[in-house]
Amino acid sequence: MPYTTTRWSSVATTLLLVAAVLSLPAPAFAKTEIQFWHAMTGQLNDAVNELVKQFNESQAEYEVKPLRKGTYAETLTAAIAAYRQRQAPHIVQVFDVGTQTMMLSGAIVPVYQLMKEQEIAVDWKDFIAPVVGYYSKDGNLYSMPFNSSTPILYYNKDAFQKAGLDPSKPPQTWKQVEEYSKKLISSGATKCGFSTGWPSWVQVENMHALHDQPFATKHNGFDGLDVQLLINREFGVKHLTQLAAWQKDHVFSYGGRAGTADPKFLSGECGMYMQSSALIGGFTKGATFKWGTGQLPTYGPPYKRATSIIGGATLWVMKGKPAAENRGTARFLKFISDTNQQMWWHVTTGYLAISNSAVKNLEAGYHFKKHPDQFTAFAQLTKGQATANSQGLRLGNFVQIRDVIEAEMENIFAGKKAPKQGLDDAVAKSNEILKEFAAANKQ
Amino acid sequence: MPRTVFRNRWLPYALVAPQMAVTVLFFFWPALKSLQLSLYRVSPFGDRSTFVGLENFQKLLADREYYASVVNSFVFAGGVTVLAVLGALILAGLATQKIRGLAVYRTLLLWPYGIAPAVAGIIFLFIFHPSYGILPYVLSFVTAYEFNWLLKGWVAMTLVIVATAWTHLGYNIAFYIAGLLAIPSSVIEAADVDGAGPIRRFTAIVFPLVSPITFYLVVLNMVFAFFESFGTIDAVTKGGPGQATEIMVYKLYKDGFIGLNLGSSGAQSVILMAMVIALTVLQFRFAEKKVTYR
Repeated sequence: MPYTTTRWSSVATTLLLVAAVLSLPAPAFAKTEIQFWHAMTGQLNDAVNELVKQFNESQAEYEVKPLRKGTYAETLTAAIAAYRQRQAPHIVQVFDVGTQTMMLSGAIVPVYQLMKEQEIAVDWKDFIAPVVGYYSKDGNLYSMPFNSSTPILYYNKDAFQKAGLDPSKPPQTWKQVEEYSKKLISSGATKCGFSTGWPSWVQVENMHALHDQPFATKHNGFDGLDVQLLINREFGVKHLTQLAAWQKDHVFSYGGRAGTADPKFLSGECGMYMQSSALIGGFTKGATFKWGTGQLPTYGPPYKRATSIIGGATLWVMKGKPAAENRGTARFLKFISDTNQQMWWHVTTGYLAISNSAVKNLEAGYHFKKHPDQFTAFAQLTKGQATANSQGLRLGNFVQIRDVIEAEMENIFAGKKAPKQGLDDAVAKSNEILKEFAAANKQ
Repeated sequence: MPRTVFRNRWLPYALVAPQMAVTVLFFFWPALKSLQLSLYRVSPFGDRSTFVGLENFQKLLADREYYASVVNSFVFAGGVTVLAVLGALILAGLATQKIRGLAVYRTLLLWPYGIAPAVAGIIFLFIFHPSYGILPYVLSFVTAYEFNWLLKGWVAMTLVIVATAWTHLGYNIAFYIAGLLAIPSSVIEAADVDGAGPIRRFTAIVFPLVSPITFYLVVLNMVFAFFESFGTIDAVTKGGPGQATEIMVYKLYKDGFIGLNLGSSGAQSVILMAMVIALTVLQFRFAEKKVTYR
């Protein structure tokens, strides 16, 4: 039947046409695509998408495509696998502990160099010191700071009230933390005194920095690969011994690694909580009680007070992309570091603004007066004196080292090991890992 | 046994080709790659690699934590196997009785097998987590005992064993139900007439008759616990507290994919591979004499 034949052949022709169109190379008018892999979830993912949208609408040549690749560790692993197959994204978000790995990877373009190549002026001096210090080498910034935070103290004002404590005064010393915890417990206001998120980051890394104690040799690893940990010295043992003792009488209650202890604070089980300043947004939504923030407690003299260190992640530019695409990458990174975007990012997510001008503008606009909690982190990073011990940590295989430290912390809190023994073991094991990294990265 | 004869010489090869292709591509090729990787020290981005001979293996064999993960693996796999096989036999025994609504029970018993290990892990977290789990919360009203497996290693181990066994129970039950139904009722009735009670009937007749299935399930559950329990552990304990639930597969993942120490990770996978091969061969050799295949 001729009719049917015609019909089928026309269908076939149409299909062929469609296939031909689909297989055509991207039309000339399309924008240059910039792949951006990140690890932000929930509200933060929304904020990233919004930021990218702002950039894409601000110009017509480039289109940044954000893609969430899972956790920080998964994102890094995915980027490495992609790089090995020459399919790397242009930009990848890597967490603080991956810094040394990225710097020595030979797979990246340092961001200062990218900007120089593309002749895009960036006022590097305007970036806040703790951030520049952590991610620079020889005074040059290697990755673009993206989401930076520092741990602070959160406390439950309602519980403080109930325990007869002044809800406008968070504890400033560890002694007060103990005293307040005991009042909270004995008054029945809470079941435990305090808990902590990110055990190694908050209680070991930051406590050493805050008390001006070295975490590792060689200027915390900044001056070479031949590094050993120093956390089993007087200060480290003292603090872990204290925490282990408090774990027994509920002054301290261990709640697991990363953010798994958050519910201990949100449910009102613990009256105080030490966790990243980036949780302000989440707690504002999630807490059913009044809460406030304070700086991390210290032991006071004889320890000198330095600043805490930052955590979070930065954006790395992968090597091997055409110059035209690198230009788009550079323009995007410049865009997000501009004062307006920085202010927006800080207000939206609670992460630190990374430029002094953004901080100044936020102050001038009374943002911090209206939201004093958002100022706590800035205050803590600038209150003490920045020293060699508080600049940051530059260790290879740091993810594994953190894991080793946290495993030993658990052994200590469970009473399976004496604090000194646990820390000695953590140091011995970490030193092995560092040796392995040094061997693998010998040029 | 009847022998199938293919007229075409190439047809049999063509028929097994797809399966062989999959096996070579997804099993042999990666296995060879791991073998190669285990002899090198590789930088994370793969741009520098140095041949180090057996150094990765030497390091592992001198590492106390590695032995701990081996012990953990056997405790874990043993626990899962005993619980999942024994539990399945009991439940299958109950599900082959003459009771009302049998089909519903059987369906419900098979259900957990449809749940991915990671999802099962999350379900267990919501029930048992010390910070936000339902059970510790309810328990806190009744007893002062703290169900805190974040610090108690053996509680954490028990938890992941139960969670893993639970997901695998349905699979075992299906096999046992089929096995139990295949036992001729005349044999059991005869024993009944001879005055054997339910326990005697089970030990003397039922168990020997399902022993081939039991044997098969033990091997399968061991291998499953060794290799495929990663999801549950990652979701529930991440190997903690300390290294209490860090089994070999999890340590391999952690060193390779989080620590980016690919050489050591390769060596670990080679050892694991050798162990499972040895385990399977040994069990078949040893058990074939004792198990009555019909």
